[in-house]
Formats: sequence, C-alpha cells, structure tokens
Amino acid sequence: MAAIMTLQTGTGFWNPIIWIIAFVIAFVFAYLIWMLGEKDPKKTGDLIRPYLSGNPEPAKEAVHVPGGNLYWGFTEALQGYYTRVVPLHSGILTDYLLWFLGVMAFVLVLVGVIV
Amino acid sequence: MIVPSLLLQHAPALLLAVPMLGAFATPLLGRLGSGIRNAWAVLAMLCTLLIAVVLATEVLATGTIVYAFGAAAPHLSVPLDSGGIPIRIIFTVDAMSAFMALFASIVGFAVLLYSLKSQSRNSGQDGYYALLLLLTVGILGMVCTGDLFNFFVFLEINSLAGAALVAYRVDKGVAVEAGLKYAVLSTLGGLLVLFAIALLYGQYDALNIAMIASRMQFTLLDKVALVMLVVALAMKAGAVPMHFWTPDAYSMAPSAVTAFLVVASQASLYGIFRVVFSLYGLALDCLTVGWVLIILGVLSMFVGVTMAIPQKDVKRLMAYHAVSQTGYMLLGVGVGVAVLGNQDLLTAYGRIAMEGGIFHIINHAMYKGLLFLTAGAIFYRTGTRNLNKLGGLGHSMKWTMVFFMIGALAIAGIPPFNGFASKLMIYESVFLFNPLLSIIAMVVSILTLASFVKVFHSIFMGPKLPEYADVREVPAPMLIGMGILALFVILFGIFPQQVVDLLITPAAAALIDQGGYIASILGGA
Repeated sequence: MAAIMTLQTGTGFWNPIIWIIAFVIAFVFAYLIWMLGEKDPKKTGDLIRPYLSGNPEPAKEAVHVPGGNLYWGFTEALQGYYTRVVPLHSGILTDYLLWFLGVMAFVLVLVGVIV
Repeated sequence: MIVPSLLLQHAPALLLAVPMLGAFATPLLGRLGSGIRNAWAVLAMLCTLLIAVVLATEVLATGTIVYAFGAAAPHLSVPLDSGGIPIRIIFTVDAMSAFMALFASIVGFAVLLYSLKSQSRNSGQDGYYALLLLLTVGILGMVCTGDLFNFFVFLEINSLAGAALVAYRVDKGVAVEAGLKYAVLSTLGGLLVLFAIALLYGQYDALNIAMIASRMQFTLLDKVALVMLVVALAMKAGAVPMHFWTPDAYSMAPSAVTAFLVVASQASLYGIFRVVFSLYGLALDCLTVGWVLIILGVLSMFVGVTMAIPQKDVKRLMAYHAVSQTGYMLLGVGVGVAVLGNQDLLTAYGRIAMEGGIFHIINHAMYKGLLFLTAGAIFYRTGTRNLNKLGGLGHSMKWTMVFFMIGALAIAGIPPFNGFASKLMIYESVFLFNPLLSIIAMVVSILTLASFVKVFHSIFMGPKLPEYADVREVPAPMLIGMGILALFVILFGIFPQQVVDLLITPAAAALIDQGGYIASILGGA
C-alpha cells in the first residue's frame, strides 16, 4: 500500500503515509479530548459567560477580528510595493488594453522581431 | 455491441455534439418546467463526462485518435485526391487533449450539480444552463481540435459564453461591466489569434496544426504569429501583467461559473502549450520562449499572491490566487520549453518540470473550483463576500468549512493534499534549472497559506455573529458538488504517482513528441 503512494519527483520521492498517520492520530486525540468534555453543558447563566476580570462582556461584533485587520503589518511594511502595484489595477478597460498591447510589443522585441 | 463501437468511433465528435445539443435544447425544455430543464442539463453534462472518460481511456490505451469530419472514415485525415493536404476539420485527440477534456468534464459536472441549488433563486436559468453547456463546448473544442481556425472558433465560443455568464447577474451594474471588460479583452485577444492564424495560412496554405508544423520555417512572420498567439492566450489565461480582468470577472460571476471559468482559462493555457510544442516545436528559439513563459509565471505567482493578501472580497482574493497558481503552471512548463532543445537537460529535469506544471493544471482546477464553490456557498447563505462582515460561520456551516479547509490546504501546498504533490515536482525540478525560481515559488506558497489563514479566520472563526444567527448549511446538491471536487483533491494527494503515471506522463510525452503529433495526421493518408 505504501509503495503505490510514493511519488517520484525525479531527484527524490514523496510518500504521504506518515502525514496521513499523523492526521489520524491528531484527529483521534482531538476526539478523545472532546469526549472528556462536559456531556450536557448548561446553555444559560453565568457559567457560559467569559470571565474578563469582572468587566462586562462586550458584544460579539465588538470582539470579532474582521479580515481587514489581519496582516496589517505585512501590507504596511510593503507600503512602497503596494502604493505602486495597487493603482495599476485601475478597473479602467483602456488601461487593461494598453498593458496587453504593451506586453506584446515587449515580447516582440524579446524574440527578435523588432530590433 | 454496435452502440459501444459507434460511440467509440465517434467519441471526439460526440464530446462536442452532446453538450451543444444540450445547450440549444435547454431553453426549449425550460418551457416545459424547471425540473425537466435541470434534469436535461444534468443528463447532457453527465453524458459529456462519460464520453470524455471513454475517449480518454481509448487514447491512453491506443494512442492519439484522429477524427476527420465528413471523411469516408473518421481516421482518413488526408483525402487521396487532396495532394497530401488535410483539408477537413480534424480533431487530434492525444493524451494531453484527453487529459484536458477529462478534467474539464469532471469540473463541469460538479459545477452543474452545484448550480441546481445555487442558481435556483435566480431568474433566467434557461440561459444560464445553455451558456454553461456552451462554455463546455468551447473548452472541449479548444482542447480537442487539430485545426487552427477551428481552435479560434472554439476560443470565441469560450469567450462569448464566458462573458455572458460573468454578466449573468444583470441586475448588478458591476457584473455587466466585468462581463464587458472580459468580452472586449477576449475579442482583442481573439482578433490577434485570428491574425496570427492568417499569417501562418498565408505562408503555408494550411490550417491544420500538424501540417503547418511539418512545414514550419520559423520566419519573421512566424515569430510575429508566435508572439501574437502566446501573448493573447497568456492574457486569456490570466498571466501577469495581463491579468487585470481576472479579479473583476471572477469576483462578479456566480461562484459556480467562476469555478468553471478557471477551467476556461486553463484551456487557453493548453493553447499556449499546443502552439509552442506541437506547432513550433524545436523550430523556435526554445530558451527565449521558455524564459518568456518563466518570467510571466514568476510575475503571476508573486503579483497574484501579494495582491490577494490585502483583499477584503473573498472572491476577489481567490481570483488573485488563481492568477498566482497559473504562474506555477507557466513556470513548470516554461522550464520544459527552455530545455526542449537539450535532450540531457530535458531528461534530467525538464520532463519532471513539465509534468509538475501539467499536474498542477488539474490540481488547480479541482481545489480552486472547490474554493470558489465554498465562497459561493457562503454568499448563498449570508449574501455578502466581504471578509470584514463575515465571521463565526464555522458554528453553522460545518461541511462548507471542512471543504474550505481541504481546498485551502491544497492550494497552499500542504501535504498530503494534491497541491503539494504537483508543487513538489515543480520545486525540485525548477531548482535544478535555477534555484532562485524555486525559492520564489516556495515563498509564494507560504504567502498563499498566510492569505488563506486570514480567509479561514475571517469567515469561520470567532463567535457566532447575531446577524448570521439563522444561517444554516447549504442544500445537498451544493454539498455534493463541493464533495466531488474535495474527493479528487484528497485522492490525487494520496495517490499522486497513479495520476502522474496514468494521465500526466502521457500528456507531457504527447506534448514533447511533435513528430508523433505530425505523423498522426499526415501518416493517415
């Protein structure tokens, strides 16, 4: 079974069997931990409320981190790159056509048609 | 046994005739009721898939199948009184064509099943299913034909059906605008393809790819035609810096359509490979053309993924990732082209690079199709694609979340999913060609993972938001559509060598063997 799962990559090989076993073990452990949990937890009352050092719990919308907040540091660090590349995606059709024709002209030079 | 033998003999023609009949009859059957129309569309696509399976099995077992339309017998590609010129429209289905037709049909079937529910609340479904089947015709025609003008015709069918489907939600102005952009760019691309074909026809008095290939001189006009064909098809495939239409069109089309538009783009990628390997072959300046493809590939990988990271619209983000993944295919096959003239290097790593690139085509179609379908499922239930507004859906859309995780891990190249297998082949082989290119490819994969962690967190994690309190899982047909693609993502990841041996190696060998391609037509007199 393991042999037929082996991928030859020319200079090496890859066999997913160890990863699959690791996935299965991780799943079994997760399942066991889940099984150890409370079978019938209370749905109301103080027990389900998070303890925030005595402070009131904020609304769900207020604690959720939306997608726009993620990787702020990454985009900020690459500000120089993004300030140049994002405006190129102008949404203007004639810009798109110019890029298309420009690339064709460049490749014509590259393959030696235009010298 | 008459029916199976007839089916086998005419499989290349039926592969197009069935979805075409399906497309044109759909609006008529729609008048009898939506149930009958839907059943008809599913039947047409299922039959197309079965024919593709039969055709691929036959090609892999016996070699290239030639089908001359209107000939006394389908295999008679060169009439006895034609002076040795193949004058008819001829389909040349080699292992590469069969591979493309097979996976396009699989994705088409999954998309159609998904559409049964995802589009059930929209009007104009007669047109929707007709256009979806016509898009199938365009894709299958492009990958099966051995005739350049015929290729242009199917490219146009592909473009027109695709543009109409992008603008399908006509109530939204931006959808129409996106459809218009796609249509205008596709038209200009199509015109250049037609002009290139005219240049070749003017010189060689032929439209058949094999015939032109056998006469190829690589004159100045041939170079102009090559550039026009490659650049126009690269634009259609969404390669940077001609990718700008991709996020606009992919994000505005219904998700099921977007999943299939990925396949439509890959048909254009197939067109590049067919032109470079089968039409020009060793006549061209392999190193220069190879590097053109590699540069387009690296630009696509890097710009695609870096533009995806700050996106807030989930489908726009995925569209940029589609651009990025196209870069891997161009990189792998570009390395193969660059060393095409050197048998030692081709054997050492060129073939594996090509196989990695081709393997990535099918893997990408599966996992990217799956991801677009999950995005559609989320839109179906929440009515928004804005990552800033979504959250906590893992509580109520567990199956969609699992399918999304499978697709996200696959696109990021995490083992044991299929994306890892093809990327590993590309990394290792490209490293031998130029280590820097391989490192860039790996960095792009890491950024892809980072991007999809963001998407996963934004959509599924966090507390259940009050505005989505009533959200529940999507209907069964949508889950089945996603499930089919997820199954392939997993199976191709666990048994990659079987896929490579069965489909990928023959496809790469068919591309490299230009002599065999020519002989399959000109040897049929």
